[in-house]
Amino acid sequence: MSAVVTPAGSPSVLEAVGNRPLVEVDGIAKIFDVSAPWLNRVLERKPRLLLHAVDGVSFAIERGETLALVGESGCGKSTVARMLVGLYRPTRGRVSIDGHDLAELSGPAGQALRRRIQMIFQDPYASLNPRWKVADIIAEPIRVHRLLAGEAAIRERVGELLRHVGLAPVDAARFPHQFSGGQRQRISIARALASQAEFLVCDEPTSALDVSVQAQVLNLMRELQKQDRLTYLFISHNLAVVHHVADRVGVMYLGRIVELAPKRTLFATPQHPYTRMLLDAIPDVRMTGRPRTPVAGEVPNPLNPPSGCTFHPRCPHANERCRIEQPVLKHAPGGGRTACHAVEEGRI
Amino acid sequence: MSIPAARPSPSDRSAAGNAAANEASPPLLSVEGLRVEFPTRHGTLLALDDVSFTIGPGEVLGVVGESGAGKSLTGAAIIGLLEPPGRIAGGEIRLSGRRLDDLPASAMRKLRGREIGAIFQDPLTSLNPLYTVGRQLVETIREHLPLSGAQARERAIELLNATGIPAAETRIDHYPHQFSGGMRQRVVIALALAADPKLVVADEPTTALDVSIQAQIITLLKTLCREQGTAVMLITHDMGVIAETADRVAVMYAGRIAEIGPVAELIHRPKHPYTIGLMGSIPSVVDERERLTQIDGAMPRLNAIPSGCAFNPRCPQVMPVCRERRPELIDTGSSRAACWLHDASVAGTAAARAASVEDDAAVLREPAKPAEHATASGRPQ
Repeated sequence: MSAVVTPAGSPSVLEAVGNRPLVEVDGIAKIFDVSAPWLNRVLERKPRLLLHAVDGVSFAIERGETLALVGESGCGKSTVARMLVGLYRPTRGRVSIDGHDLAELSGPAGQALRRRIQMIFQDPYASLNPRWKVADIIAEPIRVHRLLAGEAAIRERVGELLRHVGLAPVDAARFPHQFSGGQRQRISIARALASQAEFLVCDEPTSALDVSVQAQVLNLMRELQKQDRLTYLFISHNLAVVHHVADRVGVMYLGRIVELAPKRTLFATPQHPYTRMLLDAIPDVRMTGRPRTPVAGEVPNPLNPPSGCTFHPRCPHANERCRIEQPVLKHAPGGGRTACHAVEEGRI
Repeated sequence: MSIPAARPSPSDRSAAGNAAANEASPPLLSVEGLRVEFPTRHGTLLALDDVSFTIGPGEVLGVVGESGAGKSLTGAAIIGLLEPPGRIAGGEIRLSGRRLDDLPASAMRKLRGREIGAIFQDPLTSLNPLYTVGRQLVETIREHLPLSGAQARERAIELLNATGIPAAETRIDHYPHQFSGGMRQRVVIALALAADPKLVVADEPTTALDVSIQAQIITLLKTLCREQGTAVMLITHDMGVIAETADRVAVMYAGRIAEIGPVAELIHRPKHPYTIGLMGSIPSVVDERERLTQIDGAMPRLNAIPSGCAFNPRCPQVMPVCRERRPELIDTGSSRAACWLHDASVAGTAAARAASVEDDAAVLREPAKPAEHATASGRPQ
């Protein structure tokens, strides 16, 4: 995998690459202004509050590859997903799909680019319009992007898509509430594929589902990836699911990627202390009675993140440098990249 | 980390806890043929049908199943908090030999908290947002134990300390919203253990928490219960949590127990085809498989539970008898499964089929097998 990763803030090295990855993300950041209203700030002297939800994240995804982002709630993984599909505009940095900058394109060219990116959301109950029939839900991207002319052709395509995701063409005439959670997630996938998307951003697509249904959806996503050569960005907090689906894994903590490595490397030889902690913490069915080492502490308030390396208050290897200097992603043994002073200095 | 005992002889109880495996000791909780039904306009729905199990003193029983299997309902029936119109239609629940299911609400209210503690999924909704956690703890303690206000407050601080809340002396006067999710769940655990109950019913205690916090809470629950000899009924859909915490596991499907047995047995040598499918469908970080085992279809609705074995439409090894007669729990060695495959008298081929079930279980344990065995539906019959 010739993945391109640029450390946060460094100039882009993308020009040097001949065969470009499908998705390139270069130092994106998103800052939300969560200050009190202007009048309260003036009268009650409340300060401006800026929330750095994502703070300089860079990665690239090759065609047909699955990159997974893992992290606990509030680490900014969903914000990254939303910036990738254009639901949020990055405060800084650049997202490009197949060499085109997502932010610069507007009008017909922008629409043509957005056709190639689709998103699958966590909650299949909330992401389908309850008053629309499945036929209309799946046909919407086809109509918006004018991919087919004529109702008969659209109807046929919807039937084909439904079969593709393991449902029947007759299901097109039903409403979302007539389906179970897993079936609804299949409808979401069919809708995403309706525009012939190449890149799917999946934000916790199975966390609302039961395990046996989760297995059905994960198997389906993998089959579709093989058939249609899809590229996935897979967001999840469940490391076991990530281990099953991903080719490469990025671990996020407080808005930054702290480790980015091929899946096998990450699970076999985790480098960053946070990754080690996460791997230690997950309960796994095949490890009954294993002694676990719960790590103390909780994720700090992102409004007031710690100085230096944001993980230092919970890190057993932190020293003076970690408290002052923010580490950047650097090559680590095993082909991955880690943002950790202790790993860089060989202390752990 | 230990909670001061409110009972005279806590050491006796933890000794009893160690002897949980001993068959001779009477069970702490015994549930016998429990039926829970919901009368509706379209007829009566049977949500729990003939559920029987026991929990020994100091034992951790995990109850797993997918949504709608009836696991939370079982917990609610035990603590007497079934939401109307749900009602217990049959069977009995006994705690230390005393019947609970026909107790009047007032007696049940006294017992709840004193004898049975409860921990729910969402720590924010189990705490009153208008009262400080100290006031809530003191109220619970004084309701159940003969302590003065000052003594109760002292015990509340000790409880908060035991659950790992830093600076408990000052935190006791804070409101629930001032605590983080993990800290709130610690307060809820302190509340559940406040009167030193013999049994704690924990319904999805870690589901709302992040993984690193989940690990802390599970370890805490385990340590505290082991120290006090408290038995736990741990209801969750997360097999990982069960694998690490429980002594025995009950797998529920469509309002019935499909399989019950020691945790290692169920995970490594599952007997019921549903348990086999369930175990295979869970992704793991230690093995790598091309496909997860897939149980096609979904759990039946309560108004359309298939006749015979409720799992028969999804079962890869279904036999004619499965559609006609309902299997009861059958001994399969150390665990018990409600499946005709394990009843030798049912069909001549049953033994051979049971052997092939074990083969499939072997496939699940062995990571890199060809995909032909992987789909439950594609399995050769």
